[in-house]
Amino acid sequence: MEDAHRMSIVLDVRGVHLRRGPRRILNGMTFEVARGAIVALMGPSGSGKTTMLRAIAALERFDEGTIMLEGLESAGGRLQGRDALRQWRSRLGLVFQFHHLFDHLTALDNVTLAPVHVHHVARSAAEARARDLLQSLGVEHRAGALPRELSGGEAQRVAIARALALDPPLLMMDEPTASLDPARRAELGRLLRELAARGHAILVSTHDDAFVGEFATGAIRMSDGMAH
Amino acid sequence: MRPLILLCFFAATLGAQPRDLRWAADPEGGAPYVEADPADPSKVEGFEVDIAGVVARALGRTPRFTFTSYASIDQSVARGDADLGLNGLEDTPARRAAMAVTVPYYEFREVLSVRNADAARFRTLADIAGRRVGTLGGTMAYEILLGAGPRHRIETVSYDDDVHPYSDLLLGRVDAVLLDNVIAERRVRQLSGVAVQPQTVAVGHYVGVLAPGNRTLRDEVSRALLAAMRDGSLERILRKWHVWNDDQPALYARLLRGEVAAPSASITESAADGGAVHGAAWQATRRYLPTLIRAAGVTLVLSCLSMAVAVALGMLIASGRVYGDAPLRLVLTGYVELMRGTPILLQLFVIYYGMAAAIRLPAFVAALAGLALNYAAYESEIYRGALEAVPIGQLEAARTLGFTERQILSLVRGPQAFRLALPPMTNDFVALLKDSSLVSVLTVVELTKQTQIFAANIGSWVIPGSLCAALYLAMSLPLAATARRLERRWKTPTA
Repeated sequence: MEDAHRMSIVLDVRGVHLRRGPRRILNGMTFEVARGAIVALMGPSGSGKTTMLRAIAALERFDEGTIMLEGLESAGGRLQGRDALRQWRSRLGLVFQFHHLFDHLTALDNVTLAPVHVHHVARSAAEARARDLLQSLGVEHRAGALPRELSGGEAQRVAIARALALDPPLLMMDEPTASLDPARRAELGRLLRELAARGHAILVSTHDDAFVGEFATGAIRMSDGMAH
Repeated sequence: MRPLILLCFFAATLGAQPRDLRWAADPEGGAPYVEADPADPSKVEGFEVDIAGVVARALGRTPRFTFTSYASIDQSVARGDADLGLNGLEDTPARRAAMAVTVPYYEFREVLSVRNADAARFRTLADIAGRRVGTLGGTMAYEILLGAGPRHRIETVSYDDDVHPYSDLLLGRVDAVLLDNVIAERRVRQLSGVAVQPQTVAVGHYVGVLAPGNRTLRDEVSRALLAAMRDGSLERILRKWHVWNDDQPALYARLLRGEVAAPSASITESAADGGAVHGAAWQATRRYLPTLIRAAGVTLVLSCLSMAVAVALGMLIASGRVYGDAPLRLVLTGYVELMRGTPILLQLFVIYYGMAAAIRLPAFVAALAGLALNYAAYESEIYRGALEAVPIGQLEAARTLGFTERQILSLVRGPQAFRLALPPMTNDFVALLKDSSLVSVLTVVELTKQTQIFAANIGSWVIPGSLCAALYLAMSLPLAATARRLERRWKTPTA
């Protein structure tokens, strides 16, 4: 039983410390996220939620501890091997709070850019997969639109499609409900459930208790850079 | 009532004062014509300074020197900035048609100067067939070379001053220089290795020029000049400046007998047959239009090539400043500040003349390099600003997707920065089209220079200026329209 649980662990964060000057931002964070789980990182603004996601995404170095992601290990944010960073990032998708879609590309091109140029998937295959993703997220009709022509909800769905284009085992979202009305929040919750059901491990930073209560399978409360 | 009386008093006082004779010349031409006095650079000296003094005294006026660039003396006098132009100005039919010219005061000969080693083989225009010959733009010598060009396949290289043709002759950039004997003899005294050929290519006269409506003063100046010939004061001045020769007594004798000197173009066969100017402006326009269009081509090709190099270099500099380490950023910042902080004219001079001892770049290449290196500094600042304007969040999003920094630059940051940079880039390209006129100092005859020569030739800026403006607009408007179309396309929804 224990072995089966370990096998399903996608993300394992152990004793991660991160300091910026005199400030301790992460102070021994330890938690794990299993396949099919929707885990919420909760806490007030400034508690270190976003920094934790950025450390997992290898956008921030950390000072101590390890992060295991689908068999790869990052110690102090340093990865071993020439191709390690690319391998690491192919195992995760991150949806930023403000989406950060590429402004000069259509929704479809935003989704196909990484498969074509990073993983050398044939353009036709990448487009077919991107259209499937956009369709499953309900925004296929906006495939040719530029980011500035999308609503907030549509842009978030395109950003999710972009993050899922390479089918990463871990999907992370930073404050996904911050700018959504109640109907859109419910839609997002259902979508996360579907993705979890398909086998993705999902880690969401939020301070939306109601959303967590309704849709999350687990919650980690953060304060002063520690999990409680 | 009292103010009116005061006004009348002042008017009478002013009227009673001896008036100035404002005369225009360009001291850059140097001795023996007019040059800044080495002992007191605020004063000028030269044989024309002395002639202006003699004329002014005869008219009961005080000579007052007015600095005017050589190419603009006629226009400056015509618009009333000076009463008289006196600066080795040639007596040509065009000048006679456009201005009031005095009797000639000096007879000069157009002579060829060559390197000593070529003195035996390059004696006439026919001997230098297929070669490059330097001269001052907009002069009789330039016209002669232009006319002889098709027959002898002579490539005329136009200069703005009479110093660099001779230094370029020694450097091998030109094979001969055709200019007035006064200039040639002075340069030969200063430079070793240059020989003046004894054969006369053409004969011409220096005259004073006045505004076309100022014929009364013109006649007074002519009478003063004739009196100076008669009493020997002109001879004394010319001897003092070592430019007196046997041609002058003959000229003076003819003039004092009442003979009217013909304008230069009809004096010698070579000048007339060498495409010298003809009166009517439309004839000159017809003759100059093909050269203006060719010069516009030079402007366009030079600007396009310079901009292409500047864009490529600018992108490299901007990338280095955004992504490079501290020493590289320091070096690139130094380059940008050096190029932006010094005049482009100085940079062109350094590249073409200053570096000539180390590397002898052809004029076109030097011009291209000068413009490209200068504009690269400005372009790099535009691209750097544009690169830094792409939101950092997009760069991080690209990183989490596994892109390398190089891929992020080429696929995410670069394309967006290019769209941001397009309007200022277009602006710069239009500015470059016009700034390319500066390369005329390197003997590249582009549109503005050719227009200047055309205007000097016909003595008016109206037609040449209008044609020049039309050609510049014909080049810049389509460019601006294309840029606007691109901007619109990138802003328009694609679905």
